[in-house]
Amino acid sequence: MTESRVGSNLAGLVVLDNVNKHFGELHVLRDIDMTVDRGEVVVVVGPSGSGKSTLCRTINRLEPIDSGTIWLDGQPLPEEGNALAKLRAEVGMVFQSFNLFAHKTVLENVTLGPIKVKGLKKPEAEKAAMELLERVGVANQAPKYPAQLSGGQQQRVAIARALAMTPKVMLFDEPTSALDPEMINEVLDVMTALAHEGMTMIVITHEMGFARRAANRVVFMDAGRIVEESTPEEFFTHAQSPRAQDFLSKILTH
Amino acid sequence: MDAVFQNLDLIRQGFTTTITLTLLSAMGALVLGTLIAAMRVSPVPPLRWTGGFYVQVVRNTPLTVVFFFFVFGLPEVGIVVGFYPFAVMALTVYTASFVAEAVRSGINSVPVGQAEASRSVGMTFTQTLGVIVLPQALRSVIPPLASVFIALLKNTSIAFAFGVFEGTSASNVLINRFGSQVLQILLITALVYLALALLMSAAFGWLERAVAITR
Ligand SMILES: Nc1ncnc2c1ncn2[C@@H]1O[C@H](COP(=O)(O)OP(=O)(O)OP(=O)(O)O)[C@@H](O)[C@H]1O
Ligand SMILES: [Mg+2]
Repeated sequence: MTESRVGSNLAGLVVLDNVNKHFGELHVLRDIDMTVDRGEVVVVVGPSGSGKSTLCRTINRLEPIDSGTIWLDGQPLPEEGNALAKLRAEVGMVFQSFNLFAHKTVLENVTLGPIKVKGLKKPEAEKAAMELLERVGVANQAPKYPAQLSGGQQQRVAIARALAMTPKVMLFDEPTSALDPEMINEVLDVMTALAHEGMTMIVITHEMGFARRAANRVVFMDAGRIVEESTPEEFFTHAQSPRAQDFLSKILTH
Repeated sequence: MDAVFQNLDLIRQGFTTTITLTLLSAMGALVLGTLIAAMRVSPVPPLRWTGGFYVQVVRNTPLTVVFFFFVFGLPEVGIVVGFYPFAVMALTVYTASFVAEAVRSGINSVPVGQAEASRSVGMTFTQTLGVIVLPQALRSVIPPLASVFIALLKNTSIAFAFGVFEGTSASNVLINRFGSQVLQILLITALVYLALALLMSAAFGWLERAVAITR
């Protein structure tokens, strides 16, 4: 079944097949099957500790898995090594805590990958980086260091840094939950625009407005399993499983 | 004091060797120690084990025993290169284990998110270490490295027992020749070591400030 799914042209851009992962005794991912198609935007929600971040991190193999297979654009994820580095370049990752390179300027943060990994010349890389910084609205911050920027600005630089590698898919792990409320929208706006431009995205977030505006699908996780999948509208108004209903009642009242 | 002032050349000659021993071994230890620290944080388990094994074994062996290995052990297997190169090797190998620990704790002081972000844009382990992690670790590595290299400076005196004419050997020659001035000779010897150590601290202090400014 897996062969046919992957071999055909209809195969998803990201395919997880029966993925399992433990941290010691803790079974964090249980029999995860998930397919994300080209251009699709999937929002992942679920209670704290349900395995959302782990799921996200297995897709670029920041976390190795115990069993199952993950395919990216028809290729199984390689083992640790240069092939893996190459593959990671095609998966953009945006972290909750931004993780901009603290000793590099904003511009260098965005040009480093293209120069070191793709082998671009510095002037080309800088030109492309400035266009991206323009697009996320922080071009005027280019010569500064990350610590001199607000959280919202840093996160937009982090998005530009990931986009600079022209990734096939972008992963976002709670990109707005470390931000002050007034900065959340500036980041969500960038992400919404990206979604509408056709970028394939997997986004862990509890921002329902974003999910409604940008997502094709909501995936609800609990205790390491995918419990429910549906359109945002359906999920937020008519969740099927009691666990999802319970989860929604908690985030809606807070 | 006459013993010292009439033999300044001898003392200068000895301490010149002390200085070159220190500098050569420091450079060797810096390269080898950084390499071992890199092995200890590498994703390849056998490299991690090898690095850990090196540090545990070498750090817990008395320096004199390390010297024995080089000066008496290597000739057993047909390697004879002279006392001075043997001394540099012994000091390098020994000091590298301390450098590795200093560098590793510096690497651990860099938030793990920095390396994850670097790997996420597709940089290899070596690039991540060289471009992202080590430059940020540098600042917290300099103070412990200063202590390691000051210890190295003093440790070079063990080479005296293994056929190298360095500062302590010079002092020993004078003591044998001018038995009545032992205390003065020892005092001067200690002062020269102290002066060299202070010079080294000053250099590291300057380096620390220079690194702080460039970020
Ligand atoms: N490196 C690790 N070592 C051991 N346990 C871990 C590690 N990372 C995560 N865990 C555990 O695995 C479980 C799933 O963690 P994960 O971070 O994927 O959850 P999450 O759904 O992202 O939660 P949150 O909403 O709090 O971010 C949790 O119980 C967590 O404590
Ligand atoms: Mg999480």
